[in-house]
This record gives sequence, C-alpha cells and structure tokens, in this order.
Amino acid sequence: MAEQRDAANQATWIDRFSGLPEARRSLILLSPAFALIGAFGLAPLCLILVYSFLVPGTYGGVVWEFSLDAYIQFLFERDIFDGTLAFNASYLQIGARSVILAGLAVVGCLLIGFPTAYFIATRPPGLRNVLIFLVTVPFWTNLLVRTFSMMLILRDQGPLNSILMDIGITGQPLSLLYTDFAIGLGLLYSFLPFMVLPIYASLERIDFRLVEAAYDLYANRWKVLQRILIPLSLPGIAGGCFLVFIPSLSSFLAPDLLGGGKHLMISNLIAQQFGTARNWPFGAAAAMILLSLVLIALMIYARQTARRERKVV
Amino acid sequence: MTKVFQAGSAESVTALDEVSLAIRDNEFFTLLGPSGCGKTTLLRLIAGFEQVTQGNILLFGDDVAGLPPHKRPINTVFQHYALFPHMTVAENVAFGLRMLRRDKAEIRRTVETMLTLVKMPELADRKSSQLSGGQQQRVALARALANHPRVLLLDEPLSALDLKLRQEMRLELKTLQRETGITFIFVTHDQEEALTMSDRIAVLQAGRIQQVGTPDTIYEQPANSFVANFMGETNLLPAVLGTAERDMISCLLEGGAEVLAQPVGNEAAGSRVTLSLRPERIVLSADPGTGLAGRITDRLYRGTDTSYRVKLEDGPELLVYEQNVADRSSGMSAGNSVGVLIAPGAARILVS
Repeated sequence: MAEQRDAANQATWIDRFSGLPEARRSLILLSPAFALIGAFGLAPLCLILVYSFLVPGTYGGVVWEFSLDAYIQFLFERDIFDGTLAFNASYLQIGARSVILAGLAVVGCLLIGFPTAYFIATRPPGLRNVLIFLVTVPFWTNLLVRTFSMMLILRDQGPLNSILMDIGITGQPLSLLYTDFAIGLGLLYSFLPFMVLPIYASLERIDFRLVEAAYDLYANRWKVLQRILIPLSLPGIAGGCFLVFIPSLSSFLAPDLLGGGKHLMISNLIAQQFGTARNWPFGAAAAMILLSLVLIALMIYARQTARRERKVV
Repeated sequence: MTKVFQAGSAESVTALDEVSLAIRDNEFFTLLGPSGCGKTTLLRLIAGFEQVTQGNILLFGDDVAGLPPHKRPINTVFQHYALFPHMTVAENVAFGLRMLRRDKAEIRRTVETMLTLVKMPELADRKSSQLSGGQQQRVALARALANHPRVLLLDEPLSALDLKLRQEMRLELKTLQRETGITFIFVTHDQEEALTMSDRIAVLQAGRIQQVGTPDTIYEQPANSFVANFMGETNLLPAVLGTAERDMISCLLEGGAEVLAQPVGNEAAGSRVTLSLRPERIVLSADPGTGLAGRITDRLYRGTDTSYRVKLEDGPELLVYEQNVADRSSGMSAGNSVGVLIAPGAARILVS
C-alpha cells in the first residue's frame, strides 16, 4: 500500500513538473549549475574587480577606500618623495612577454600539432583511436610533475645538454633553464594536445575524396594542403590556437619553474602581489588586465567563427 | 594489366585479372558490370589513384602507369561529385586551370564557357554546398571539362540523381561528348545507361572482361550467359543441338520444342548448349494452335508493355514482353492456352 502511494505521489510530482512551461522547467533544472557558477565563479570575480579599485593594507588585505592607483601602478611609478608619476615599462613588459610567449607557444603547437593531427587522421580508424588516446596520456599526470621533468631535462647537467655535448654541438653546457626559451618550450609541451585534438576533429570530418579530386585537378601535395586541407580544417585550427593561447597567457607553472621566477609572466606577477608583495589591489588589477586580454582573444575568436559560418551558409 | 590489392598478404584480392583494353580517341566508352566487378578499380588505375601491380597504361602512346594523378592529362567526375564545399561554383570550375597556372583572363573565359556549356552560368557565385544534386553534377562536369583533358573519367555520375534527371543527363552527357570530342570513359552498373550512351561497352565480371563491343552487339550477340543475363532480361534455356538446316541449326528445348538459331562456331549435333532468348523476341498468339503450345501462368501490366510468364507444354517457363500497341486483354489472362511463336534466329546459342 505504502509503496503504491509513494509511486502515486511521485507520479503527481513529475506530472506537476512536466506541466510547467518550458522556460520554467529549464530554469529549475539549471538552478544547481547557476548556483555553483555564481558562488564559485562569478562572486570571486566580482570580489577581485572590487579589490582592484581599493587601497592596499600595510600587512596585506585591503583598505576600503576607492582608488585607481592599482591600474596606474601598472604603467607608472609614483615617486616616493614628490608623488609625481613617471612611466615604468617593467609591468608592461611582463604583459608583453606573456602575450609574446603565448603567441610563440601557439605557433610552435600549430607547426607540430597540424602534421601530428594529419598523420593520425589518415591512419586506419582502429589505430586512430589508439593514437588519440596516446595524445591524451599526458593529461593523466599532474602538470606540476611534468613541468618538473622539463626542468630536469633542460638543466645544465640534464640529458639534453649532455647529448648536445656528446655530439659536439657545444663544448660547455648551454644554460637552457631559467630562460624565455625554457618557458616557451614548457608552454608548448603543456598545451600541445589542445592543438592536436581540435585539428584532428576537423581533419577527420574532411571527405578525403575531396583530396583525390584536387589531385585529379592537377594540385600537388603542397597545393592540396594549402587549398583544401587547411581551409577545410580552419575551424579546428582556430579552435586549437585559442585553446593553446588562453591557458598559455595565464600560465603560472611554466614561468614559475622553468623561468626560475626571473622571467615573470602575468600570473606570476599576480601571485607575487597577493603573496610576498602584499599588494592585493595591484594583484587584483593585474588579474583584471589578464582577464580582459583573454576576453579580447575570445571575442576575436567568436567573431571569426560567426563570419565563417555566415560565409558557409 | 593486373591489379592485386594487398599483394603478398593472406588477404590479397585480385581486383583486376589481366585486363586488356584499347579505347579509341573520341570514344564514349563504358565499363559496365555489377558492383565489385573491378570497374571502379580500373577507373582509379587510369586516374592514378591506384598503382597497377603488373602491366601498363598507355595514353596516346605514353606509359602513364607510374605518374601521380596530378601529372596525368585525365580528369574525373566523381560519383559523389566531390565539389570543394568552401569554394564557389566558379572557383570549383577554375581550380584545375589555376593549378595549371593558366592566365587569369583565360581562366575567367573558360569558366564562363564551361558554365554556359552545362547550362548554369547564373550560378557562378553560389557556394557549391547550396546546389541541388543535378546542379552539383553539372558543376562537377564543368570542373573536369574546363581543363580540356584528353580523357574524361566518369564514375557512376548519374547514380545519385532521380530517374527523370538521370534520363535528361544521359542525353546531355552524350551531346557534351560529341561537342567536346573528348574520350569519355564511363563507369556504370546500369545496363540501360550503358546501352543508350555508349559507342562501345566493356562488360566486366569478377575482374575479367567478359565482352567488348557496340551496344547492339553486346545486347544481340552476348558472348556468354553472364553478359546475356546482365544486359537486360533474357530467358536462358538449356538445349540440345540438332541438325543444321540451311543457315540455321535446330535446337531442342526440354519437353521437345524445337527452336531455330544461328550456328555459332562448330558445335557438334547432340552437344548441350544454353540458348539466350530475349523476352521481346517471343510473340504470343491467342490461338493455341499456332506455334508452340503454352499456357499463361502470370500476367503483369507494365504501361508500355505487358510481361507474361508462359509455360511451354512439358517444357520451360518463358518470360515474354509484348508491347501494348493494341488492346488485347481477351484470351490473354493467366490460365489461358496460347500459341508461342519464336522466329528463326531469335534465340542465340551461348558458347559458354
């Protein structure tokens, strides 16, 4: 009896729910997700935004007083004695380094990732799945551990230097570690799968009869790549570029470990301000600047996608 | 030439076995056969997408067997057209000429001419993904013809079109071939398509050429029972050869009915052969007294003609087509006795 009543109750509850208008139903179903994003995504972001307009407390924290100093500090240095502003490029340099290193990581990932994706996409289907699985294997290991292993490889007594010395390219160890090169290499290594996977996804969907048709119409390999494969996999290429660019731009580990804290990227600056420097508003302002850089990148991507879709339809 | 896939492995498949064909200049040549007979493989070999295992492909005297597809003066119209979806119609048509680094003005002129030739000049700026099947077909044709290839390969280009359009395109293709003077090598599994369009047909089966000839030779004088059966409907009848009478030889069907056929080779009297008897060559008479005695077992009205199944007395069942030229329903329904008239020479003796 009790079970029957339960079942009946349940039925009416479901009936009542499905009787609601579509929009209400979606809202109810989405509410847990909204709550989660609001509490852990939106709220901290608002907090950071507010903090960036406050005055730093002496021992960390903030003083609740409106100020644009944090943003001004990014470009100018205030003289301690007379309070005049002088242009200071050092923070701007960190921003520029971040953008340039992220850009180079994108270029490197593209040069390695496209041939890799093409190779995988042209294998028989069974082998393809195995290879794609192998591409994702690095994700199983902590990024910190992987970055540490990069340090071991690159350091003066590391395997890379001993190989270079053994084959006589260099007489003494090259200082590879703690350079921009090391950071770039770290970014390239960390985010390469983000380039391979979307390009593979779009290459795999290409009808390879089109490639045959192009060969038939007197196109050589290079022309097939240039006129058929690249244009048709452009959505994947663009997606891969942004998937590499955005995390590279905000990367913390690679510059921290491989750059040795000397070659800062914007994330390291933020961490420093919230940590040792105890200038929370400046850290928050740097975070907002990073966020706007990412948003600009995303907007460019969204606009390009929209334009491409208009062109296709 | 011979084409073996995965040669040397346990799964090796001989797709084409010592195929030898001579195709003439300016010819509409059709490779006809059921699916899996090797006709598409043969086309791909000519185009250069596959390499021959053994043998040569001579194009106007030059061996092209080792050349990659983009170095052969041959173009293909693919079964599913394979138009480049990211290009306009005009860009598609211009593709080959651009790859050949032709002069820009010349390319523009040729594209215009080609689109006019296939009757769709107003769609030049459309994306190829916005076209209907028939339009895509025409663009694919224009794209291949724009390069003035010495040979045009067509891989079942009409199979994806609906019936009406297919019939229209048959005529158009034939006209195009005559106007351009380019050798067309056309692959199809549709015998009607092959018969209506071709100058000559090669019938393929199991990687071997069964017969090469003009459409009427292939239809009227099939070389073997496969060709006879594949080219339209036919009655394949086991028979025993009798004596020659003037230029005809008498053949005895099961049940004792006698049919006169033209002798082929020098088969001895008493040997067993197969006769091919086309259903439209048999005439039915409502009077059971004329010709061979038979009984209608089935009657199917098909618009232009009526198809009958007629059982000969003690003999085989025959398929008979009769054109519906006059109203003749009386005495011709299932169960009626009829006379079956088979003209001398209507049946053909098959060698194998």
